[in-house]
Amino acid sequence: MSETIIRKMQMDEPDERRVLDLTSQGLIGRPVTRPDGPAKVAGTASYAGEILPEGTAFGVLVRATIAKGKVASLDEASATAMPGVLGVFTGERFLRNPAQGGADAAPVQGASEVAYFGQPIGLVVGETYEDARHAAYTMGVTYEPADDASVDLDTAKSERPDAKQLDQGDLDAAMAGAAHGVDVTYTTTPDSSAPMEPHASVASWDEEGVLTLRGSYQMLRHNRIELADALGIETEKVRILAPFVGGGFGSKLGIAPEAVAASIAAKALKRPVVVAMTRQHVFEGTIRRSETSQRMRLCTDADGRLTGFGHDSKVSNLPGESFSEPLAMTTHFLYRGENRRIGHEIRRVNRTCAGSVRAPGEAPGMLATECAMDELAEVCGLDPIELRKRNIPDQQPENGTPYGTRLLAECLEEGAHRFGWADRKAPGERREGEWLIGMGVASAARTNMTAPASARVTLRADGTALVETDMTDIGTGTYAILTQIAGEMLGLPADRVEVTLGDTDFPPGSGSGGSWGASSTGAAVMLACEAVREQVCLRMGVEPSALTMRDGEAMAGNTRRTLEEVVGDEPVAATGDFEPGSTTEQRVMASYGAHFAEVAVNQTTGEVRVRRMLGVFSAGRILNERTARSQCIGGMIWGIGEALTEDLVHDPRDGHVVNRDLAEYHVPVNLDAPPIEIAFLEELEDWGSPIQSKGIGELGICGSGAAIGNAIYNACGVRIRDFPATPDKVLAGIISEEEAGRLSSGQEK
Amino acid sequence: MKSFDYLRAGSTGEATGAGGAATRFIAGGTNLLDLMKLEVMTPDKLVDINRLDLKAIEETEDGGLRVGALVTNSDLAADPRVRRDYAVLSRALLSGATGQLRNMATTGGNLLQRTRCSYFYDTAMPCNKREPGSGCQAIGGYNRIHAILGASDSCIATHPSDMAVAMRALGARVEIEGTDGTRRTQDLGDFYRLPSDTPQVENALGEAELITAVILPAPVTSRQAYRKVRDRASYAFALVSVAAVVAVEEGKIARADLAFGGVAHAPWRNEAVEAILVGEAPSDALFDRAADTLLEKAKGQGSNDFKIPLLRRTLKATLRELTAEAAR
Repeated sequence: MSETIIRKMQMDEPDERRVLDLTSQGLIGRPVTRPDGPAKVAGTASYAGEILPEGTAFGVLVRATIAKGKVASLDEASATAMPGVLGVFTGERFLRNPAQGGADAAPVQGASEVAYFGQPIGLVVGETYEDARHAAYTMGVTYEPADDASVDLDTAKSERPDAKQLDQGDLDAAMAGAAHGVDVTYTTTPDSSAPMEPHASVASWDEEGVLTLRGSYQMLRHNRIELADALGIETEKVRILAPFVGGGFGSKLGIAPEAVAASIAAKALKRPVVVAMTRQHVFEGTIRRSETSQRMRLCTDADGRLTGFGHDSKVSNLPGESFSEPLAMTTHFLYRGENRRIGHEIRRVNRTCAGSVRAPGEAPGMLATECAMDELAEVCGLDPIELRKRNIPDQQPENGTPYGTRLLAECLEEGAHRFGWADRKAPGERREGEWLIGMGVASAARTNMTAPASARVTLRADGTALVETDMTDIGTGTYAILTQIAGEMLGLPADRVEVTLGDTDFPPGSGSGGSWGASSTGAAVMLACEAVREQVCLRMGVEPSALTMRDGEAMAGNTRRTLEEVVGDEPVAATGDFEPGSTTEQRVMASYGAHFAEVAVNQTTGEVRVRRMLGVFSAGRILNERTARSQCIGGMIWGIGEALTEDLVHDPRDGHVVNRDLAEYHVPVNLDAPPIEIAFLEELEDWGSPIQSKGIGELGICGSGAAIGNAIYNACGVRIRDFPATPDKVLAGIISEEEAGRLSSGQEK
Repeated sequence: MKSFDYLRAGSTGEATGAGGAATRFIAGGTNLLDLMKLEVMTPDKLVDINRLDLKAIEETEDGGLRVGALVTNSDLAADPRVRRDYAVLSRALLSGATGQLRNMATTGGNLLQRTRCSYFYDTAMPCNKREPGSGCQAIGGYNRIHAILGASDSCIATHPSDMAVAMRALGARVEIEGTDGTRRTQDLGDFYRLPSDTPQVENALGEAELITAVILPAPVTSRQAYRKVRDRASYAFALVSVAAVVAVEEGKIARADLAFGGVAHAPWRNEAVEAILVGEAPSDALFDRAADTLLEKAKGQGSNDFKIPLLRRTLKATLRELTAEAAR
């Protein structure tokens, strides 16, 4: 094979070549089915905990049962005396909690200092899972509890980092002098990512001291560094494999306690060790989304144009964690308002670590902003869509930066038309027996991000292409879209492209997080393919501009050759390197959309059922209509969970996670998910990525819960400001409305 | 999971003969296995009763049905006689769990489901039901799903079954085989215990005794409903539920057999509530009086206070629905 060519691009200027529009295979945008689909359906796609090397031992984590303090002793002797138990492991290298996304360093380490109830403090390894679990569950542990555990948010220590505050103009004066305004506080409860595949790692060491970890992780280039740092070994001594990941939603962005525990035990025992978390461990020992409290102060002139926008938020995390739910992510750029205040306060609590959960910031942040906008529309006497359209800024209201592509108004208009928005009635006016029916709308916005990414593409002697990167597919469709991009660029049908992912021996991809995977790693694949195409031109003696590649043939002028002929016995390989650049400062880039929801609220019981939803989105080039749609539907269904059901409960006395299983932590089930329609508006964003796409993985959850909250208000006149809107909260509102005479009992004959 | 011995019983006698304080019978295992994995329950021995001949639904001499203890929830809900004559039971069954669970869960096992109290499920927490005398953490904790009726200072747990609530309204009896091989029947209302200061004792089954059947009395002319209020549309336990078997004759309520779920340590029935309704013309005022009696001693624990107005409203709506034609 000839030497690999490297094609680099740093995104310092827009790429207006629109390379994917110049090719002719016709794969881009098409609803290509996932190449990994049949293996997943047949059960042959193996997840981390399913491939156990010969001689693997089983590890089960021991949980702390105090909120804060020291582990005085673990009764290792008794545990190791139990049948089948091979050893008990703990120590200063154990992780307190998972690394935050992209940390590139180990998180807080040390198993003897307990910072939250449920923290992993040890690992029992046994010949069988059952042996290990019994010993772990009955492990004698003594503690020296601290007397200053902080589990109550109201009394917890508070921080207000300067970098996370903004005060522009005079919001107080604007509120005082405004024609219309709202000053309301929204709260949201903690969420769990609850991925279908619990966190699992299988660690094995070879004779050269190289660790191979088969794990369930989202960003291997970072996870490798984090794991090496946690173990105190060189990064080069760690290889991570994660070809299939059963959902992550942020909880697998950073290396987690089970990976380090498995690695330590495997080294000591000189045999592979698997540690698969139980569902209960995932809930209490990985990460959660912080609860939030958000004071929204919005005011307008007489025409409903925003003059002030305030968003003061409180969130929580463990002491020492850098992450705090960035609730004002979209607040900075979504709407106008020259007087602005963004406040951010972090309460330090001894509770399960808070971290990135799908659309960190926007998911709970837009619940508050988009419901507050609905409240503002009412006091302004404007249709909520009209209010939003009047307040789309010409330029970023804090620093004047121009916007990239932005079809927010178009999404709202298209959605209103498709959904039948004009039929919306006043609260309480639409009734079907006990059920009150209402409609709600909300904007969707998710900041567009990209990340460094590399991928290698090889055109092989048999005329097929191989794509290699440590990028992951966490259920999102990475295999499909990278297949499409390589096939499109090299003129190959999808079945002649092989994509291999999730191995740190391959060039480092962007990883899956922040909705950046497709635009970043997709760009790297495109760049590699461009370089491959140039080699094809050299071999054919033609100009790149004259080259057409389609259906396995390369054509230029009167020359037409099959790829087998072009490649001969000398495969062509190239690596694409994509780097974000200064375009992120030159343009405010985000994906946009509009959510519409119709709900039925039972006046007797306060139960809310979503009857239909529509999402209209614009996210740059849509690479695969099928997987893009699936991402949006999944996000919107999580919006149902945020709005109605999901509530990770901490005990008020010791902070422990009370509802640690899927029976009592309520994700929406099939019957909660109504028919959901998705529409995409076409646009191409040249400033973000050379493939003109923008992030789509998290867009669906941004604002969808707010559309449901607003629909509840439209149905019954109850304004829910404390999500999720469980029946108890809705019923309390209904009873108030009935007692105030604003809602008839519905029983009048 | 603690190691245990496993025995497959070939006869009811063999099963009860193998029973004892540290032995559990296993049928569908949909609840027991979860609890064993968590070590909330740690039996020394499991006696598998799945091969026993307890899978029939037979008509009784007095026109009722005898439902074998091993009849699955799916089969019971789908039985044409149940659907026709005991609709409240079919609906209650179908409102519970998921299709997969109902295919495994059995009639006898469903009656013996343990509470879903989170503190019972977490072995790091004191729980008088799991470890008598250790205390109740649900009191003063997160108790949104807990009892408002019949609770004690020792325990505020609820019974999670939907099926049992419908059976309670239908006046079902439990057939139990003792270790001497004799079978007795007991009214479902007497079968269950309130927590009192012994919440670990949940029912009248003696050690090694086996539920062999549930007997439904002859059907009555009635309209029936099972109304379940829950946090999501499916796969959630009842916040409150109402099972109602109601008949109206000549404008007056002739029958109002009512049982309530999600509110107590056992399916709740209060004959005084029914007495208020029977013989009267249906009206909202009457329903309110019935609800007053039902809730007279109701007590919230903080996070579950909402169940008190919710139960009132759900009861009234159910009664309205079942008496609607008569009221017109």
